[in-house]
Amino acid sequence: MNDTTITFEIDGIEVHGREGQTIMGAADTAGIYIPRLCAFEGLPAFGSCRVCTVKVNGRFQSACTQPVAEGIMVENDTDELLEFRRNIIDMLFVEGNHYCMFCEKSGNCELQALAYRFGITAPKYPYMFPADRNVDASHKDVFIDHNRCILCARCVRASRDLDGKNVFQFVGRGPGKRIAVNSRANLADTDLEVTDKAVEVCPVGAILRKHVGYTVPIGQRTYDHEPIGSDIEANKQ
Amino acid sequence: MQDTQDMKRIVIEPVTRVEGHGKVTILLDEENRVKQARLHIVEFRGFERFIQGRPYWEAPVLVQRLCGICPVSHHLAAAKAMDQIVGVDELTPTAEKMRRLMHYGQMFQSHSLHFFHLASPDLLFGFDADVAIRNVIGVAAKHQDLAVQGVMMRKFGQEIIKATAGKKIHGTGAIPGGVNKNLSIEERDSFLKDIDQMIEWSRGALAIARNYTIENLEAIAPFGSFDSNHLSLVREDGAMDLYHGNLRAIDANGGKIFDQVDYNNYLDYIGEDVRDWSYMKFPFIKSIGPENGWYRVGPLARVNACDFIDTPEAEAARQEFMAVTNGKPNNLTMAYHWARMIETLHSIEKIRDLLHDSDLQGTDLVLKGDRRPEGVGLLEAPRGTLFHHYRVDENDQVVMANLIVSTTSNNEPMNRAVTKVAMDHISGKAEITEGLLNRIEVAIRAYDPCLSCATHALGRMPLVVRLVDHEGNEVAKKST
Repeated sequence: MNDTTITFEIDGIEVHGREGQTIMGAADTAGIYIPRLCAFEGLPAFGSCRVCTVKVNGRFQSACTQPVAEGIMVENDTDELLEFRRNIIDMLFVEGNHYCMFCEKSGNCELQALAYRFGITAPKYPYMFPADRNVDASHKDVFIDHNRCILCARCVRASRDLDGKNVFQFVGRGPGKRIAVNSRANLADTDLEVTDKAVEVCPVGAILRKHVGYTVPIGQRTYDHEPIGSDIEANKQ
Repeated sequence: MQDTQDMKRIVIEPVTRVEGHGKVTILLDEENRVKQARLHIVEFRGFERFIQGRPYWEAPVLVQRLCGICPVSHHLAAAKAMDQIVGVDELTPTAEKMRRLMHYGQMFQSHSLHFFHLASPDLLFGFDADVAIRNVIGVAAKHQDLAVQGVMMRKFGQEIIKATAGKKIHGTGAIPGGVNKNLSIEERDSFLKDIDQMIEWSRGALAIARNYTIENLEAIAPFGSFDSNHLSLVREDGAMDLYHGNLRAIDANGGKIFDQVDYNNYLDYIGEDVRDWSYMKFPFIKSIGPENGWYRVGPLARVNACDFIDTPEAEAARQEFMAVTNGKPNNLTMAYHWARMIETLHSIEKIRDLLHDSDLQGTDLVLKGDRRPEGVGLLEAPRGTLFHHYRVDENDQVVMANLIVSTTSNNEPMNRAVTKVAMDHISGKAEITEGLLNRIEVAIRAYDPCLSCATHALGRMPLVVRLVDHEGNEVAKKST
């Protein structure tokens, strides 16, 4: 990466980026929010959730992986893309068992916050009600609720790249894909610690610290007053 | 089993102006004589099963979802059980008082809702009044002041809940070992501004219930009434305490069956009977047995069971209430309304006292102790004694839950009331009018049952009564 300024457009607005920077990175700096789930600052881009899909010169690309280039025309806030993203979020909700009404992540959950931002009040697809998702509460300080996992791989990347532990990894394929831990038995048998970044980065209520649920009152949670992305939009000049 | 083949069957489904769904069936012989009358609870919930495997701190938030009217009761009962799980026997003053404030707010709004919106049409217009006006809209049209008071009192209680739990319905205020917020000065002052008005309106509602009972005593004394045992929590000094206490059971004459029982031992004293025609169990006092050990809970039982009430105006009202039966327990089904309004006044007096207590602005909110495997939480919900009992494994997951909700304890009494009214008012009548059938519902409504809590309460809930012969042919149908 160098300091050469690259100029391009997002929804007709001139944006400046640096060589090697992603469209998402440049948009964030410019105060333009591109919705995301698997992307997380400080983790390598993964490009799996597709919520950040934009159109670059008419072609679909994930903004978290696509580098900026001189003169490209990026579409972000269009009816087509909003509908596309809304469908992805809708599908994530019905694929797992997401019960916001009693989930302790409510108010701090990025999936829920995206749904609110997109005006989703009820899923449009039929619930799948998967019955094979278990809860691993064997660890004394952390538990995994697979019912709520959206397979974003933030924990996989954070454990590997930030914690240097490789506690989490994917196993299985297609509909059978799930997060597993690097032990023969349970989370308690890994070297995961409650202070690990892998615990902190989960966007939903899948990996949680124990004994602290609901300690933040309603009204003081992350997304109680401002929609997700407001912090980025505050950067707008 | 009774041979019901040649009998006619009346079905009231759903029962209206109650929380949740239920139905009443009345079997008549060829002379229209009542042979059997039952209140069926037709919803199946399953919360005791699907809480299993969930982390214990989720229980107060998850289990309250079984009700949309009194979630605070379940929230707090579960939180009390979870206090024991985290090894806390005594909360900080701020936590204890915030929970009490939440609970009294709940009691105030729930009782107001029931009295003004659900019960008052029967009391103001009479059991036989035109069904088109015998409803809350009719009350609003003819008694606008009362309708407004009902709405505003309920709103006040709901705002108290919001200030303590974060939301008016299904909040998160109580957490294992304490609470997650205190009451700000601004919140406190917003309630103090209206408290005198709320007390005044509560006095007025109490007067309506009292006067109705006294003026119609001759007519309502036998209405759906019967002698029964009564169960309630009471404080160690015998005072009414809606949030915490020990179990006391009395018989129909006021004799103590048991007293000051630590509720952790409730299983030694209370059993549950199962019958094949209802999803609801039939609790009973073990020392007496299922046949005669059933008991009433709720406002009537609480006013009967306590020695006194620790707020002055409610205590004066209690003394007047008890004087009607010469100090003995009042066993009149319709006296529930009067007792409920005594509790409404008590709750608002408690709220007033709490609002003047600076402990509510304290910052010491949560305590932690040594983890225990089992916890029991009881309190007096608007509809009666509520039992929550959980076991939690070493991974912090719930492995057992047992809930005895208030309306369950009133199952047998409500069935007795239905049978009594059916026998007294329907049996042998050539024509069964809507007004006669409404008497069945009036008796059920006195208990303010929460038949399974709100899941189907949205939208129109028409009263449909079908009269079918023994072959299932519809003989007559009435609907609103």
